[in-house]
Amino acid sequence: MSEATLCWISGPVLRAISRDAFHIHEAVQVGAQGLLGEVVRLRTDESRGGQELTVQVFEDTTGLRPGDLLHGEGVALAVRLGPGLLGHIFDGLLRPLAGGEERNYLFPGQRTTANPLFFFQPLVEKGRLLRGGEPFATAQPVPLPGEPMAPATVGQSCLVPPTLGGEVIEMAPAGEYTETAVVCTLRDATGQEQAIAMSHTWPVRVPRPVARRLVSESPLLTGQRILDCLFPVARGGKATVPGGFGTGKTVLLETIAKWCNADVIIYLGCGERGNEMAGVLDEFPRLEDPRTGRPLMERMVVIANTSNMPVAAREASIYTGVTVAEYFRDQGLHVAVMADSTSRWAEALREVSGRLGELPGEGGYPAYLSTRLADFYERAARVETLAGASGSVTLIGAVSPPSSDFSEPVTTHTKRYVRNFWALDRKRAHARFYPAIDPLTSYSEDAVLLASWWHAQGNPNWAAQRRRFLTVLEEQARLERMAMILGKDAMPPQQQLTLLVAGLLNDAFLRQSAFSSKDRSASPYKQNRMMGLLDRFMDLAAKAVEGEMTVEQIRVLPLLRHLQRMGEEIGEGEEEAFAQLEEGMEKAFRS
Amino acid sequence: MIHANLSLTDAVTRIDGPLLFAHRRVDVGLNEAVEVIGADGLPRLGRIAALDDDFMTIEILESTTGLGLGDTRIRFLGEPISFALGPGILGRVFDGVGRVLDGGPPIPAHTRMTVDGAILNPIRRKKPEDFIETGISTIDVLNSLVRGQKLPIFSGGGLPHNRLAIEIALHARLRNSEGESAETVPFAIVFAGIGVPFETAEFFRRTLEESGALGRTALFLNLASDSSTQRLLAPRFALTAAEYLAFVEGRHVLVIITDFTNYCEALREVSASHGEIPGRKGYPGYMYSDLATLYERAGSLLGKPGTLTQLPILTMPSDDINHPIPDLTGYITEGQITLNRTLDREGIYPPVGVLPSLSRLMKDGIGRGFTHPDHPALANQLYAAYAHAIQVRLLANVVGSDGLMPEDRVLLTFGQQFEHRFIHQERARTLDESMAVGWELLRLLPLSELSRLDDAQMAAHIQVGAESV
Ligand SMILES: Nc1ncnc2c1ncn2[C@@H]1O[C@H](COP(=O)(O)OP(=O)(O)OP(=O)(O)O)[C@@H](O)[C@H]1O
Ligand SMILES: [Mg+2]
Repeated sequence: MSEATLCWISGPVLRAISRDAFHIHEAVQVGAQGLLGEVVRLRTDESRGGQELTVQVFEDTTGLRPGDLLHGEGVALAVRLGPGLLGHIFDGLLRPLAGGEERNYLFPGQRTTANPLFFFQPLVEKGRLLRGGEPFATAQPVPLPGEPMAPATVGQSCLVPPTLGGEVIEMAPAGEYTETAVVCTLRDATGQEQAIAMSHTWPVRVPRPVARRLVSESPLLTGQRILDCLFPVARGGKATVPGGFGTGKTVLLETIAKWCNADVIIYLGCGERGNEMAGVLDEFPRLEDPRTGRPLMERMVVIANTSNMPVAAREASIYTGVTVAEYFRDQGLHVAVMADSTSRWAEALREVSGRLGELPGEGGYPAYLSTRLADFYERAARVETLAGASGSVTLIGAVSPPSSDFSEPVTTHTKRYVRNFWALDRKRAHARFYPAIDPLTSYSEDAVLLASWWHAQGNPNWAAQRRRFLTVLEEQARLERMAMILGKDAMPPQQQLTLLVAGLLNDAFLRQSAFSSKDRSASPYKQNRMMGLLDRFMDLAAKAVEGEMTVEQIRVLPLLRHLQRMGEEIGEGEEEAFAQLEEGMEKAFRS
Repeated sequence: MIHANLSLTDAVTRIDGPLLFAHRRVDVGLNEAVEVIGADGLPRLGRIAALDDDFMTIEILESTTGLGLGDTRIRFLGEPISFALGPGILGRVFDGVGRVLDGGPPIPAHTRMTVDGAILNPIRRKKPEDFIETGISTIDVLNSLVRGQKLPIFSGGGLPHNRLAIEIALHARLRNSEGESAETVPFAIVFAGIGVPFETAEFFRRTLEESGALGRTALFLNLASDSSTQRLLAPRFALTAAEYLAFVEGRHVLVIITDFTNYCEALREVSASHGEIPGRKGYPGYMYSDLATLYERAGSLLGKPGTLTQLPILTMPSDDINHPIPDLTGYITEGQITLNRTLDREGIYPPVGVLPSLSRLMKDGIGRGFTHPDHPALANQLYAAYAHAIQVRLLANVVGSDGLMPEDRVLLTFGQQFEHRFIHQERARTLDESMAVGWELLRLLPLSELSRLDDAQMAAHIQVGAESV
């Protein structure tokens, strides 16, 4: 093991001198407590006859001093990927945050030693040739004594590490093992034997390999009308949610995490609030996945690095998050990552960069901010896995722009790499209009890929309706500016109708409370139905105004209230109510 | 090398702003506390900020006036800065670094706690959901406070934030069916003045005394005349005392800290003297993380009776909510109560700017089983209507009310009435009284504005008045 001696320390950054070999991004253990760190810089130091390494430490460095020893782990900073992830919560370096009262507080150097048992069921036999990334077994948590085995769920395949492969020369029988116990031995092409466990480690900063990338063609359904119908994101796509404080980023991300049609959710709390994490842990286990009937928590991995936890670990946590996502993707699953908030990650990058004495760029961020963001978002993809299955990682990242100014570096650089932009608007949030996504500045580049999917769902008009809705909303903004000059009463009836219709679209379609038990998530069917009704309303109202009716008469129709409230009032599968509403609408305009 | 808990003389080589550089002739660790003693014999608290083979950098957290190179002694305390705490801190007055100021006896130390606090494990946090009635309609109905929350008051110079904070502190109670206080767990107030003028400190002390609550209050005073570096420590000492009261003694603690703007100014000053690269408006890039380590100390723990609720006050420079201090605070805290100068000028008290105010934990503490089943809908509807009213008011200011449609004029009236009858209040209201005013105001509005209420709510609260006419 390589060894180095600390010679300078300030905050989370230290320098050390060594004669042994160290490598960039190598994990190191620092001091008597074995604090986890990572080598970020190396240079030779002739005067001291060795090399000087610069290390960022992921834990509180209080008490460290010159003379303390560092030990290199010989491998890059890596995380252990295995059956123990789903349903649990970890810190930014994927160390479990489990424990009882003795773990009320987090202390540096704390380690959990628990290594629970899993029920191992081999899928292949001796003699089989296995490629890297191929599943060779399944693993299920062993229940507590007296409790029944939980039914098999997704994400329980054991994979051959992507870099290995060969003929199975030994396979352990089905039974209970820890995730690190050797359960399979392979002989590779060169005759080398490789021991394989249910879990394996993978360096967080290195994307896991795939066979090839595929074009996305189906949406990640979020259950949110304004997203699915106006600004959809494809499976394997990337989206960003910029918004000032309190505009609804966290609630939106949590809502998507609850109701989207991904198989596995990675929820990444990066530099945000502790109480929010407590809220997730309190709520998700009690919510039922509508698709499987199991607790939603079972399909989640929560990674929590709250704002008061060490900054350097915050920087690493988003790589940890995507690495875990890729691991489930490699099992042929659709994974969605919610990163709240990437701004805190960028700030951690800035802080560490400052301590390293690097030249600051725009907004004080290091010049490589943009590349780092690109690297992160490039890890979103729909792919064919090494084992030939198809899976995807969708990345959704919140951005917290200082002073709600969207021209700041993190927002502008992120915008260059994502295809979908969901801008939150403070005005809407102030009026408690949620989700406060601004339909005028938001966009979806994935929308063009998805029209055929909606067609296949029975709505050939999806693209046209979407266009129409967006046009009306744009027109509304223009007319409201005009009203500021002319007054509303001076407007011709057509324009007054446009204002009325736009108001209705907002209230009836775009508004959707995350806390309403009926409306928190809408199926594609309900969305289509609502979209169709409003589309029809626009036709009927336009024709009525051309004829005898005044806008005033339309405004007081009781029908309007039914439309305004249909999301809240009409539950999933209540087709009768929709039919009734439709009939009422036709009648209201016929008379 | 000598070991810690010793003194060192003749070691100082340079003093630069709050930083002191000295030969590293003792074995000390990063962040450990020191006392720097000048020729005047006064101890100044400091900490080890950086170390290398030969030198150490000490950050002095109090005034450096009077320090010299040859006659300065450094005493090493061998542990991070900590606060000795024990029963009897209530009713006492301390300075910004926890030294008794009231002339009374020292505090009997039962336990020492590091002032930086330990990191609460997120999985051990108890989800805050106990509704606190404050007697203020704009808070109770629209931005409810729950135990364990951190809810700052965003104010401006000259606005009545101090009065509001103390009223909240004195009225705050759990509700029960009789509207009486349902406390079994004792409560306490920790008040920290950071860089406040003497008059402000005195206002708090006197008001607490008159209400009889001084005996349940621990006061920490860093006056405007005290060193600005000490301002960085004052909230840490106060929060450490609050954690002791909440999690060792098991009380419900309400922490009022004023004024966080002074704290941030001190942070900027110290950062500049460290030669750090300034961020927005000269504040250091790590201000978010630094503030988070303070605000995140609010909360409660599973299996423990006490709670720690924070009510920090900050004055927004030029009333600008986008200024880095309120902006970063808003990104950390669980909402904010914003005070509005226009309302204040109109004589409305408390002048709570409703639209930019928010309580994020409200949804967990209100509604069925907590307050009233229709409470969430009422709050939503009031918000939607008032926001619309403000929008119409903007239009009316430009085109005059003649250019408005009749339905818009109704909204103007609603907005005006809302400010004078709901926001404004002469005395504390119970939640039920506040809600009643809210429903009454909604009855002014046409059906088309009431889309946030369902038919049952309409029948129960809105159409009741209509029938009797
Ligand atoms: N979709 C929604 N439905 C209902 N309420 C919402 C919704 N989105 C946001 N809210 C309300 O707005 C509040 C603030 O939202 P949220 O915490 O998500 O903001 P944020 O953008 O994450 O802020 P910050 O950047 O400070 O973390 C929530 O507590 C909730 O009351
Ligand atoms: Mg948030």
